[in-house]
Amino acid sequence: MANSGVMTSPLENVELFRVGPVPVTQIIVVTWGVMAVVVVFAALVRLKLRKKSPGRAQQVVEAMLNWLGEEIRGIIGRDPWPFVPLVASLFIFILASNLVAFISSFFEVVKPPTADISTTAALASVVFLAVPFYGIAMTGTLNYLKTYVRPVWIILPFNIISDLSRTLALAVRLFGNILSGEILFGVLLSLVPFFLPLPLMFLALITGTIQAYIFAVLATVYIGGAVRVVEKHETEEKTK
Amino acid sequence: MTTEMLAVIVAGGTIAIGSIGPALGEARTAAAALEAMARQPDLAGTITRTLFVSLAMIESTAIYCLLVSMLLLFKVGPLFS
Repeated sequence: MANSGVMTSPLENVELFRVGPVPVTQIIVVTWGVMAVVVVFAALVRLKLRKKSPGRAQQVVEAMLNWLGEEIRGIIGRDPWPFVPLVASLFIFILASNLVAFISSFFEVVKPPTADISTTAALASVVFLAVPFYGIAMTGTLNYLKTYVRPVWIILPFNIISDLSRTLALAVRLFGNILSGEILFGVLLSLVPFFLPLPLMFLALITGTIQAYIFAVLATVYIGGAVRVVEKHETEEKTK
Repeated sequence: MTTEMLAVIVAGGTIAIGSIGPALGEARTAAAALEAMARQPDLAGTITRTLFVSLAMIESTAIYCLLVSMLLLFKVGPLFS
């Protein structure tokens, strides 16, 4: 417990065992654990799905999805339900991963998966691929490609750079926020192990929730930038 | 002065200088958002959402500095030792 954070590099992974040539790190195990918890919870809610007299879990999930849908409607300004599956999945997975930080304050071995650049890079890549996917599916290939030369053609390279850099920023932001919380906690734990880390644990909960929300909102903003193009002249930013 | 010492010093300087700008920027953003919310409480939801997104954007500058200093400490420093 004592030799936490500062001494060992937080950028390295602890290799637990190997499956053939593939090293299985602790991050992978925790990620699969988080996925299992989320999937089992979703499956249980799905099994008990009722139209009349919904159960407690179903009401919570419905309330959360409706809230996300309203948020997305506020940002994009059109029917949010095509976007809810992706954004909600990202939100729930990141939220669950970030909340692992709370467990990691008791068990040093369990690190939140989002404190690893590989996880956040994968999540950011999903958003990076989702933007052209939604753009092409909703506005057509030509209209989507036109967003790159808007407002003038000379802006094209900047748009491409912006696409790449915002993906990097998305990954690094989540990673840095969660990792900094972990490091802070490790340092404090090695200095004052009793009671003082307690507020930081709650801070980690708040930070984790806010970061999951921010990731979801930014993903929505990026997707919205690709799909809003067509009716820009009709609605003219009325909803924003 | 060894290169490792230099890496530690530069890492400290990076995070020290690099957090000044985002701190000032976030303070200004929060102040402006509070003022806007006080003037127009109806738009509090929209303002809060925009505030969170802008704070995340501003904050990423500090996160980059954190990353650079961590790379200096754990990757670049040991390279020369």
